[in-house]
Amino acid sequence: MSQRQVLQVFEQYQKARTQFVQMVAELATRPQNIETLQNAGVMSLLRPLLLDVVPTIQQTAALALGRLANYNDDLAEAVVKGDILPQLVYSLAEQNRFYKKAAAFVLRAVGKHSPQLAQAIVDCGALDTLVICLEDFDPGVKEAAAWALGYIARHNAELSQAVVDAGAVPLLVLCIQEPEIALKRIAASALSDISKHSPELAQTVVDAGAIAHLAQMILNPDSKLKRQVLSALSQIAKHSVDLAEMVVEAEIFPVVLTCLKDKDEYVKKNASTLIREIAKHTPELSQLIVNAGGVAAVIDCIGSCKGNIRLPGIMMLGYVAAHSENLAMAVIISKGVPQLSVCLSEEPEDHIKAAAAWALGQIGRHTPEHARAVAVTNTLPVLLSLYMSTESSEDLQVKSKKAIKSILQKCTYLPALEPFLYDAPPNILKHVVGQFSKVLPHDSKARRLFVTSGGLKKVQEIKAEPGSLLQEYINSINNCYPEEIVRYYSPGYSDTLLQRVDSYQPLTH
Amino acid sequence: MATLVRLQARSKFVAQQYYFRNSVVDIFRKKEYDAAVKIQSWFRGCQVRAYIRNLHRVATIIQKWWRSYSGRQEYQLIVKFASCAMKMNLYNAMAVRIQRRWRGYRIRKYCFNYFYLKEYLKAVSETNDAIREALEEFAEMKEREEKKADLEREEKKRDYQARKTHYLLSTKQIPGIYNSPFRKDPDPWELRLQKAKPLTYQRSKVKQKRCISLSSWLACTSARSFPRSEILPPIDRKQCQGPFRDITEVLEQRYKPLEPTLWVAEPISELKVAREEFRRQEWMRDVNDNMFLPFSSYHKNKKYTPLMHSSSKYGPNSYGSQHFRDENPKKWICDKDFQTVLPSFDLFSKYGKLYSKAGQII
Repeated sequence: MSQRQVLQVFEQYQKARTQFVQMVAELATRPQNIETLQNAGVMSLLRPLLLDVVPTIQQTAALALGRLANYNDDLAEAVVKGDILPQLVYSLAEQNRFYKKAAAFVLRAVGKHSPQLAQAIVDCGALDTLVICLEDFDPGVKEAAAWALGYIARHNAELSQAVVDAGAVPLLVLCIQEPEIALKRIAASALSDISKHSPELAQTVVDAGAIAHLAQMILNPDSKLKRQVLSALSQIAKHSVDLAEMVVEAEIFPVVLTCLKDKDEYVKKNASTLIREIAKHTPELSQLIVNAGGVAAVIDCIGSCKGNIRLPGIMMLGYVAAHSENLAMAVIISKGVPQLSVCLSEEPEDHIKAAAAWALGQIGRHTPEHARAVAVTNTLPVLLSLYMSTESSEDLQVKSKKAIKSILQKCTYLPALEPFLYDAPPNILKHVVGQFSKVLPHDSKARRLFVTSGGLKKVQEIKAEPGSLLQEYINSINNCYPEEIVRYYSPGYSDTLLQRVDSYQPLTH
Repeated sequence: MATLVRLQARSKFVAQQYYFRNSVVDIFRKKEYDAAVKIQSWFRGCQVRAYIRNLHRVATIIQKWWRSYSGRQEYQLIVKFASCAMKMNLYNAMAVRIQRRWRGYRIRKYCFNYFYLKEYLKAVSETNDAIREALEEFAEMKEREEKKADLEREEKKRDYQARKTHYLLSTKQIPGIYNSPFRKDPDPWELRLQKAKPLTYQRSKVKQKRCISLSSWLACTSARSFPRSEILPPIDRKQCQGPFRDITEVLEQRYKPLEPTLWVAEPISELKVAREEFRRQEWMRDVNDNMFLPFSSYHKNKKYTPLMHSSSKYGPNSYGSQHFRDENPKKWICDKDFQTVLPSFDLFSKYGKLYSKAGQII
């Protein structure tokens, strides 16, 4: 045969391989095909193609493998067991950028499923090559490498530490400064995943100078980028006071408040999470947030969203109010209490209701003015019904009970306390009667109102063991009134009167 | 004898008379006796009554005096206690006044300033209102921008559509579909088609080739790699002709970070500054500035007494011992000494790292 015909055989073979690998890569984009592909033994066929002479086939084979491993963890495990990873890692160092992108994609797809698979990736030395890829010039390669590192670091603190030890953090901070938006997003998400596990890791991220760049990117109009940036800042700020102070010193207030008005729900959620993580550490930080008008912005944000998005905002209000009574008063004058009571009654889910109940308890527990501000909005009956209902979860019941108790112990606003006389269980009734016994001896108008509204009658009907605290309260209430009134309202008085009528002998002269 | 009989007959009468006369006297005597007794008893009674009256009077006087005395004692006690109580009440009231003032002052000055709290809460609510307004404005602005962007996008789409369907324009002979002769004015699409410039064939071809396939090595998406112009140069599959270097090397050179030489990297007076810094740190740290001398030199604190010959009335001459040069301060151009500069040889610092291949043996 002539030379040309010999070469034609090789060309045909190469064309066949190329076509096969491209078709497999395309089929792997659809989930319904992947089962069939797996049963047909695609892994064992793709593996030798990774070592093919033609670079296009290598790259497409790597792409196909990545898509397969992305789908579920059995396939990812098959990739690991098939010893494909060392080959990928080795060629990552050498090949061109398309191959690097595809190989990083495979590593990401394998590493995202579980910590064991991620550990397998770390064990075959992929971290160093991924870090080298982070220094590459092509932003696509950087993106793929950063994505893979982020997914590996997501699982637990040891893997994060391994990623940090490989020297990824300064390079990720450099990636954040690049002009491509996709790269910024991925780098921010990777930093967020690294710093979420422990304060030391967060400190490492901060030492690389990440905070200043992250703070600048809050102004960027892209909403997915803002999500990741805010999430990264909140993961940094949540660990300790120093880290939170450093985040605040980057002058994020009041810019962060504009993120609370964003159209994207998750941007709002992450922004309120960030503010919550800052506010929960010390009263000074909460004061700073209050002075910057953050409380009003958060309250508006709570009003404009529904469901789980509201939760960090509600918790933030609770944390701010918990620190001191001045801050709780600041929350009250920013019109926080009506909003929280709306949340309490509207939301269908128990954990959000529990958070709202806790926040209301923190606001109302400081002084009688605070308790009055909470009681005026008619939230106490709602809290009571949540406590008494059998459908509420245990957490919700515990939190609403605590909130009711702490508010009641300071509440002197009697019109709100009166409904409690009628339908409260005995352990709460004790506190209610105690409050009445504290207020009534000093206020004559309140005494009159108490009698005319039927409260005195109800108090007489309460049965208490003699010598118990409840009985003492009832006695002190009875001492505020003349004896005839007390007797008039005591139960069975009409019967005793009628008995006296029966036994009376009229005097006959 | 007759007298005897007469006397005997009268004896009864005499006996009777004797009895009657005695009894009358007796009765009279009794009467007188009773009267005397009565008078005496009455008189005695008066006497005793007068005596008792006197006794009463005297006892009354004594009792009166005694009672008035003891009453006065009690009254004095009462007055004493009442005056003490009044004084104590006065003191208490004054003390309460002082304490009230002091407590108010102390709380207001040192513990809690109510007006400051009110001001603070007012300021917080004002800030809240300002922030709410600002945020609303911001949201409005964003909405407006979005709407504008949407409109622009729509406009661009329509423009592109018009450019693509340019052939539907009406000519002089044939009215186009948007320019029906039965209509009063032409459809707005007609006007748009008139304004639109037709698409060129090349542009669509360039647009098609833009989709990335793994084998076109020039499909680099980075914005920095090549200068962007309006129309992209035609993409061929052939490599550019010419002795061009590898693109990675070019980019490496272009984006190499700065590696300053020692000359530039550190300031000239680095050593001096470092010494100063060290001295400052030592001064900060050390408790005692004097150097610690070993005890053997403890006795060496004697002052040197110079020769009489070299210590003249005008003091020793410093020429020959302290300076050996003739100096003319009026000729100096500045009062600082010239600084000695350390030249650095960077002949070999860039060896093998330069971009140009000049001088290298290939």
